[in-house]
Amino acid sequence: MSHHIVELKDVCYAYPDGTEALKGITFRILHGEAVGLVGTNGAGKTTLLLNLNGHLIPTKGEIAVGEVPLSKGTRQEIRRKVGFVFQRPDDQLFMPTVYEDVAFGPINLGLTEEKVEERVTKALEMVGCLHLRNRPPHRLSEGQKRSVAIATVMAMKPDILVMDEPGSNLDPKSRRQLINLLKGFRHTKIIASHDLDMILDVCERCIIIKDGKVVADGPSEELLLNETLLEENNLELPLSRQCRPVKRPS
Amino acid sequence: MTFDLEFFNLGYLDTLSNKDTLVHRIDPRIKIIVSFIFILFVVSFHKYEISSLMPFFLYPVFLLTAGDIPFKAIAKKVLFVSPFALFIGIFNPLFDTQVITSPFGIPVSGGWLSFLSIIIKFVLTVSTAILLIAVTSFPGICEALERMKCPKLFVIQLLFLYRYLFVLLDVALRMMRAREARSFGGRGKEIRTFIRLISVLLIRSVERAERIYLAMLSRGFRGEIRVLRSLRLRPFDIVFAAGSITMFYLLRNYDIVDLVGAALERVLR
Repeated sequence: MSHHIVELKDVCYAYPDGTEALKGITFRILHGEAVGLVGTNGAGKTTLLLNLNGHLIPTKGEIAVGEVPLSKGTRQEIRRKVGFVFQRPDDQLFMPTVYEDVAFGPINLGLTEEKVEERVTKALEMVGCLHLRNRPPHRLSEGQKRSVAIATVMAMKPDILVMDEPGSNLDPKSRRQLINLLKGFRHTKIIASHDLDMILDVCERCIIIKDGKVVADGPSEELLLNETLLEENNLELPLSRQCRPVKRPS
Repeated sequence: MTFDLEFFNLGYLDTLSNKDTLVHRIDPRIKIIVSFIFILFVVSFHKYEISSLMPFFLYPVFLLTAGDIPFKAIAKKVLFVSPFALFIGIFNPLFDTQVITSPFGIPVSGGWLSFLSIIIKFVLTVSTAILLIAVTSFPGICEALERMKCPKLFVIQLLFLYRYLFVLLDVALRMMRAREARSFGGRGKEIRTFIRLISVLLIRSVERAERIYLAMLSRGFRGEIRVLRSLRLRPFDIVFAAGSITMFYLLRNYDIVDLVGAALERVLR
């Protein structure tokens, strides 16, 4: 299976106001790989992800998802393959009930009613939210919203999962559940996050971005434990690897 | 802070609509049609009519009690919009000074009668509309509208309105709190900062709309949203509709209050 490859060749993107967000990004992600995208605020992570899904089209360079080159004409096809989980679940959940929201994608894929029902149930079960199916999204907690947002994408059975800050605003337990959930997926995963511990747990490979360029690309265990490299890019060691002296009452 | 209170009040109506009672279970289509016909009947009365409007309170009272809705919640909402009706009728007593009746020897002008009639009609129609929302879930109403061939675009707008009203209010609430936390005395609370706040809110909404649209596109949106169909008419719904519409018709054409009064008089004599 080699068809879930994501390939970027010298991708540049400039916003209409002239801000150059991406300045020549090149990498290749293989089938089943989990890749963490790391960088400071404004490094270009979100812009890069929006390019991967065809929401933005690179001003220069090429993106290919599963050997389909990205262009305006192939956007639809690529979106079918790439499941995008947005940073804010409130943006992602727009239908009046959880069930309808998860059903939105499968219905648009043209599935029959029974198939839709089956997919929705399965996706909600996967994230442990089946009991929320008839609730309106505005009555859910942040953690529940996040899980449902992931279910909306899983119901479309994407080949590649793209997530923007999946762990933000979650309490420690919900975050841990999310990490376990992500580890359970066999998809190709691209996760942009500041939560370096999460990247370390979920992704075997990590790409560091700074000012719209790739500065490092390699195994997470190597990059995320390289203190000088991290500090050069305004990052720091994952919290679990920082040695902090324990205060003892004397 | 009153804004907080109003916000939770809005959510309250939404909570009420999630109850499960006899009235809540009636098909939303039936409830919409019956309520609409009810409103038509109420406004069809002559402008001096008062006594024969009274029996019409049966319908909102039925929704209120059978739907297990607290009276206070609805009364408050009705009061909230009452200034509109008050101002529509407030000059009637000045313009229309012709004496129509004089019960117990007190002369009452047509202006006062029509003013009172407007108020009663207002209370009847508005409380029914609010109760309709309180006993029907909003998605249910939208589905009903869609099934009754209401333009889809309109229905979808309503659905989005419902979904993002809460989000927008939440954002506004947080902004208000942030302003409150950093304004002291009268400073910081001027209308000028309020205007800025509103404009930022608008820009944020536009940006959010863009992100929502992207999220829709990622899930295969191509200009059409299919609304889930789960409504089924039950025999009880038909009975409810037929029963209440017949009752409205009878109340409209026979002055029940008069008949009851006449009957009472005969018995007493």
